Amino acid sequence: MTERLFEGADWDFHTLQRITDACEEVALKDLGLDVYPNQIEVITAEQMLDAYSSVGMPLFYKHWSFGKHFAYHEASYRKGLMGLAYEIVINSSPCISYLMEENTATMQTLVIAHAAFGHNHFFKNNYLFKQWTDAEGILDYLDFAKNYVMQCEERYGRTEVERTLDAAHALMSHGIDRYPGKKQLDLREEEKRAGRRRQHEEEIFNDLWRTVPKGASKARTAISLERRRKLLGLPQENLLYFLEKSAPRLAPWQRELLRIVRHIAQYFYPQSQTKVMNEGTATYVHYRIMSKLHQQGRITDGNFLEFLGSHTNVVFQPEFDDPRFSGFNPYALGFAMMQDIERIVTNPEDEDREWFPDIAGRNDVMGVLRDVWANYRDESFIGQFLSPKLMRHFRMFHLHDDPEERAGIRVDAIHDERGFRRVRRELARQHDVGFIDANIEVVDVDLSGDRRLILHHRVIKGSQLNETDAKRVLQHLADLWTYDVALIEVDANDKVLREYVVSPRPIAAAVA
Amino acid sequence: MAIHIIDRRLNPGGKSLENRQRFLRRAKSLVQGAVKKTSQEREIKDVLEGGEVTIPLDGMHEPRFRREGGTRDMVLPGNKKFIEGDYLQRQGQGSAKDSGPGEGDSEDAFRFVLSRDEFVDLFLDDLELPDLAKRKIAQTESEGIQRAGYTTSGSPANISVSRTVKLALARRIALKRPRKDEVEELEAAIEACTDEDERAELVARLEKLKAKTKRIPFIDPLDIRYRRYEKMPRPVAQAVMFCLMDVSGSMSEHMKDLAKRFYMLLYVFLKRRYKHVEIVFIRHTDRAEEVDEQTFFYGPASGGTLVSSALQAMHEIVRERFNPSDWNIYAAQASDGDNSYSDGELTGLLLTEKILPVCQFFAYLEVGESGGSAFDLSDSSLWTLYERLRNSGAPLSMRKVSERSEIFPVFHDLFQRRETAQEKAAP
Repeated sequence: MTERLFEGADWDFHTLQRITDACEEVALKDLGLDVYPNQIEVITAEQMLDAYSSVGMPLFYKHWSFGKHFAYHEASYRKGLMGLAYEIVINSSPCISYLMEENTATMQTLVIAHAAFGHNHFFKNNYLFKQWTDAEGILDYLDFAKNYVMQCEERYGRTEVERTLDAAHALMSHGIDRYPGKKQLDLREEEKRAGRRRQHEEEIFNDLWRTVPKGASKARTAISLERRRKLLGLPQENLLYFLEKSAPRLAPWQRELLRIVRHIAQYFYPQSQTKVMNEGTATYVHYRIMSKLHQQGRITDGNFLEFLGSHTNVVFQPEFDDPRFSGFNPYALGFAMMQDIERIVTNPEDEDREWFPDIAGRNDVMGVLRDVWANYRDESFIGQFLSPKLMRHFRMFHLHDDPEERAGIRVDAIHDERGFRRVRRELARQHDVGFIDANIEVVDVDLSGDRRLILHHRVIKGSQLNETDAKRVLQHLADLWTYDVALIEVDANDKVLREYVVSPRPIAAAVA
Repeated sequence: MAIHIIDRRLNPGGKSLENRQRFLRRAKSLVQGAVKKTSQEREIKDVLEGGEVTIPLDGMHEPRFRREGGTRDMVLPGNKKFIEGDYLQRQGQGSAKDSGPGEGDSEDAFRFVLSRDEFVDLFLDDLELPDLAKRKIAQTESEGIQRAGYTTSGSPANISVSRTVKLALARRIALKRPRKDEVEELEAAIEACTDEDERAELVARLEKLKAKTKRIPFIDPLDIRYRRYEKMPRPVAQAVMFCLMDVSGSMSEHMKDLAKRFYMLLYVFLKRRYKHVEIVFIRHTDRAEEVDEQTFFYGPASGGTLVSSALQAMHEIVRERFNPSDWNIYAAQASDGDNSYSDGELTGLLLTEKILPVCQFFAYLEVGESGGSAFDLSDSSLWTLYERLRNSGAPLSMRKVSERSEIFPVFHDLFQRRETAQEKAAP
């Protein structure tokens, strides 16, 4: 009989060490996971709240909006409206997991298995994270960002910096490259570059140049639309990138700030695309590890029951007419799909052989799962691996709500032979960021005229922008562009639905 | 693989304090409005307790491009009875989806908790004490040094001899170090001893004692204690606040309540500006006495009204206990305005000659019955007197109040930045 990892609910740092070692053994040997080195930090509730307000990162630049979120979270936490997470895990190398100090020993085991091995493996192996994030560099980059923002505040004033950051934050959801470029992101290099750029500017600065008379400006030849668009790299859906490169009157430090916000948005981009998979992986891993530890007799039956209690809470999926329902629970869906894949691989039925000929009966559960974890995101994962059995289990159905339809909301497909593929496609689409975020692009700049920036919003399924918010965001955009900005909402047939034109504010007014 | 486990719990907290301050600074006007509103609804006693405030989220909204409306598709779990092609009634016929622009979270209020200090700060932010430059308030505090126990390390100059010796003695007793007279006794015994064997034994004992004496030092470095000093902020800016109140029969409970509220605010205000604030309560009928707070507000009293008695009492107390060069003197007088006419001249004289020259600030609050608007009160004898004094240049602040809700504005007016106050004083 193996020695118990702990008795009862109490733990100390030796217990944590033992727990981690035991989890590691199962994770690496039985599950064949490949993880970043782990760093486990025990924190208090207040520190957890701190972490919440800076999007979970251990360090971040200062901005009032984080204070707002902190105040909000604190108020609801104090009133007991909100519980705190058991852990936060950061996609970095070493992979940092924060554990709450009030977790019981069982919960700490669960959380270590979940975060330090489940999420950690996913971060290290999933193609999106490999492509878009630089786990080695992120903490250093955040440190650089923090200091850079601080320096800018000292040099250019807090209001000015705040104004730029406000604008950048408003555009953050549209500051993402959706298609990978030629180069891997290297945040350390990024940080050095910013320094070199500044140094270069300082070295070549010579006030005399200002006094040199300018020659007659070159005759302006009208360039064709095609050529202009090519020069400016249009159409461009990464608005922050476009502003950073092409906004005519931004100071270099403002461009650098936009760049920072853009990089951070990009860092979080894979997370938003892999919620179901990420949580599914981590939940599946903690379930396997906990079960194994229980089998080995390293946790008692009582503790295992405690684990099952919280595990069941986490993967609970309320039905659509339940007051607790708020969409699909990524833990529930992810975990169910991982278990379902395990079933298909080891114990398939005829239906599964028909739907999943590649993996049905392959018997190598971890091989299949590791491959899935590495090569899919939510949309493609659901699109390929949601089985009819699971759709029946969740009793999924697809509603189509057309405001024009007088009769009501139509049930388009249900969990039957005719509907499986349509339900699955629709659910996959719901998890596709391409459909969730508004499709907005910079299409043209009126170079010969008033330098107006022209954006298009391709309206999908009649869903237009919220007017109040759109105006405010455009105001920020115009402030950065410093000339008029026009946003045109067009539908699939190029019919104009609505048009916004916003002029930049004079700086004094913009401060208020 | 080496796993690092780190205990972060002891790290300094308040990491997001700076962000919070930025947020408050940005939302200042909104929060200040909320603070004012909250404080009016509350008991004044709790007014400075901090607590939850609500501001419209609108001002602090972070906009994003958000889509809404249009045809929607959703996949839901938990189908029980639907089959393909069914139609579901919309709830409330379209109210759920016809949300107009601007609806939704932007209208919501944002609730959060302010700490006591933040609350007070915001509340008193645009108030300023009159004549700040005049006194020592600019140098708020100086550091003084105070004895604070003993320490095991320090500079030789600070050795506490008595403490050290005491400890050494205790140690010597505990370790049974031979006393001097013990040794001497033994030496004498050896001297006197004739028997060789006994003598040898005694010598051996003496040697033993001496060795032990050597082993256990008289004063060990362990015993040494140093006097410990601590830096203490020394209040330079100290203030005394005189509360004068008429407690004659004509003052009702309501009026006293109004006065009490005013004093409280004044106290809180002074407390924030000065490290040390003393309060002196002087109540008067036709004679004045210094009383404690309880008696001041609730003790029974009856009699006529002579304001000069209170001023006289205050003057005496100032002379005895509060040297104007060391103290900032504030006075707030509350009364219903009654005063015997014969007293008017003496009151005026005391005020202008004795009281006002030493006071930073003298406020007169005339309280009225609930229901009577401040404008309806015909001028009382005291009001008339004070107004005359003020018009002839005496630095007096005066207000009439009859409702609880008027206290805040009055307070605010009284302490508004000095320039404006002076403008008001000389219309």
